[in-house]
Amino acid sequence: MREITYRQALNEALAEELERDPNVFLMGEEVAEYNGAYKVSQGLLERFGPRRIIDTPISENGFAGLGVGAAMVGLRPIIEFMTFSFSLVAFDQVVNNAPNMFTMSGGQFNIPITFRGPNGPAHQLGATHSHATEPLYANAPGLKICTPATPRDAKGLLKTAVRDNNPVLVLEAELLYSSKGMVEPPDEELLIPLGQAEVKREGSDVSIICYAQTVRLALATAAQLEEEDISAEIVDLRSIKPLDEKAIFDSVAKTHRVVIVEQDRPFCGVGAEVCYRIQRNIFDELDAPILRVSQEDVPMPYNERLEKAVLPNVDRLIAAVKKVCYA
Amino acid sequence: MQSVEQRDEVEMLSLMLLIRRFEERASQQYQAQKIGGFCHLYIGQEAVVAGAIAAVRDDDYVITAYRDHAHALARGTSADACMAELFGKETGCSRGLGGSMHFFNRQNHMYGGHAIVGAHVPLAVGLAFAIKYRGEDRVTLCFFGDGAINQGSFHEALNLAALFKLPIVFICENNLFAMGTSVKRSTSLKQIVDRAEGYDIPGEIVDGMNFREVRDKIDEIVNSIRKEAHPAFVEIRTYRYRGHSMSDPASYRTKQELEKYRLDDPITRLRAQLTREGKLTNEQFDQIDKHAKETVLASVKFAEKSAQLPLDKLYDYTYANGAKP
Repeated sequence: MREITYRQALNEALAEELERDPNVFLMGEEVAEYNGAYKVSQGLLERFGPRRIIDTPISENGFAGLGVGAAMVGLRPIIEFMTFSFSLVAFDQVVNNAPNMFTMSGGQFNIPITFRGPNGPAHQLGATHSHATEPLYANAPGLKICTPATPRDAKGLLKTAVRDNNPVLVLEAELLYSSKGMVEPPDEELLIPLGQAEVKREGSDVSIICYAQTVRLALATAAQLEEEDISAEIVDLRSIKPLDEKAIFDSVAKTHRVVIVEQDRPFCGVGAEVCYRIQRNIFDELDAPILRVSQEDVPMPYNERLEKAVLPNVDRLIAAVKKVCYA
Repeated sequence: MQSVEQRDEVEMLSLMLLIRRFEERASQQYQAQKIGGFCHLYIGQEAVVAGAIAAVRDDDYVITAYRDHAHALARGTSADACMAELFGKETGCSRGLGGSMHFFNRQNHMYGGHAIVGAHVPLAVGLAFAIKYRGEDRVTLCFFGDGAINQGSFHEALNLAALFKLPIVFICENNLFAMGTSVKRSTSLKQIVDRAEGYDIPGEIVDGMNFREVRDKIDEIVNSIRKEAHPAFVEIRTYRYRGHSMSDPASYRTKQELEKYRLDDPITRLRAQLTREGKLTNEQFDQIDKHAKETVLASVKFAEKSAQLPLDKLYDYTYANGAKP
């Protein structure tokens, strides 16, 4: 194992998959000559050439649709959205074309495409650039969605996504690109299955279910709770769809108390679905009502103090944990 | 591979008749409530798809919008599979999961059947991208209606195709109406073909009631594209005799206008050309038409007796496990 950044991990995943399969290509705004808006595709143009690393105009609907069409005839496009907030311009392609094709064609056309890029609030980007799109896309059958929180997960999940025969969204996070973590050496194949959560920290008093940017928040909170003798188990979903129910239920059966901390908004958010499934399946395991910590239900304000108030934070998470623990 | 010369004109006339009889029968079955959802008929436009298909190879890519029965038939999908799809049966060309607007035939390179206006034009560009990526000499034919040309996806797709110099023919089937809105009321241009100029794509206007003109023009364009990949645009002027869909009485146009176009019927026109040249007798024509009617009638019987996809297979077509080549 060696320590690399989340950005490097994604870069390695892209390079390895481009190397492995000539049908894989990377397309998006600024991915080639600019080396990626967030430098995730650094050096790939030089290594793989303009046939496979392709700059596009600002034309999300166009190039997302191009990717879906290319996937119909067996290419395996990786389409980068500069941010998933911009994927909303291509919503019709991502929601109506990519995941419907397999059904509509009676199973004749599967769409092996990866849509990737940063998702969720970053820092003071305002309402249009701060969308956490996972609940929007999770509502579309036929899509798979993963949300890597660490460099290791980023590499392993992206590589798996590229090899999947269905449309997969890899929701990265701008604030995580420079974060570091231990990852297997490059000569060791790293594939992490979709639909497999990971317990990032063992605990016994409460399960904190999290994903993407909220994993760091949950881990930081757990350290603080430890000082107050509350042992929190951190379950990182890693994939929103398929959802690893077993890992969630196993943790809840152990702790009997649950807080879900999510980066999206509360109404029909990811936590609502997780909460529903827990009470539907293992209601008797619960010793307290499930609580959710999410964004506030407002468009993201630019003002820094207000933005902080909108986002889930340690204080809100600690308060929720104490409430379910009756502490 | 068949070339243009090898595709017999009588054979293409047979295709046009099959399309017309299929659509007439679909209309009847729709009224009998054997077919659900939306159903858009191609009657009047037959020379467009027949002419274009006559000009390409069997391994070229074809993709279209929701008025797609004719394109599936022209791509060799059986009338049985098409009618069964309308009936929602498992033997349908999309297993009854797609319906009228979503006909697919992977084997024969028919890439749908797409129901969101303009949304398939970027897909078509993706098909053409794959051709160039693999260094093949195929061509993509992308059909769409005059209603699609004001969608953003259409503009984005044309720009990308021109930018990447992709082998694709954008075929605008201008039947003068986007649902009930005439081109005059929807489009700021005097003629649709001028859209192409904005993207530096060569464009031409073609008479869509004349099979030979369509075929020869597409043939010329496709030959040029095979030599060196580039996009092209044709505005094919045609007319649909029926309303936009089965529920549309088409009260936004006059009987006189419809009659004017009926007098210029594409099937009558090709028949007359062939008869005049001694390539077709009246008896032969009657025989072809009889065969088309019988084929379509048989397709109704086939669709009726076909089974529906079992309920326990509901979840089998959401995610793919095995890779398709």
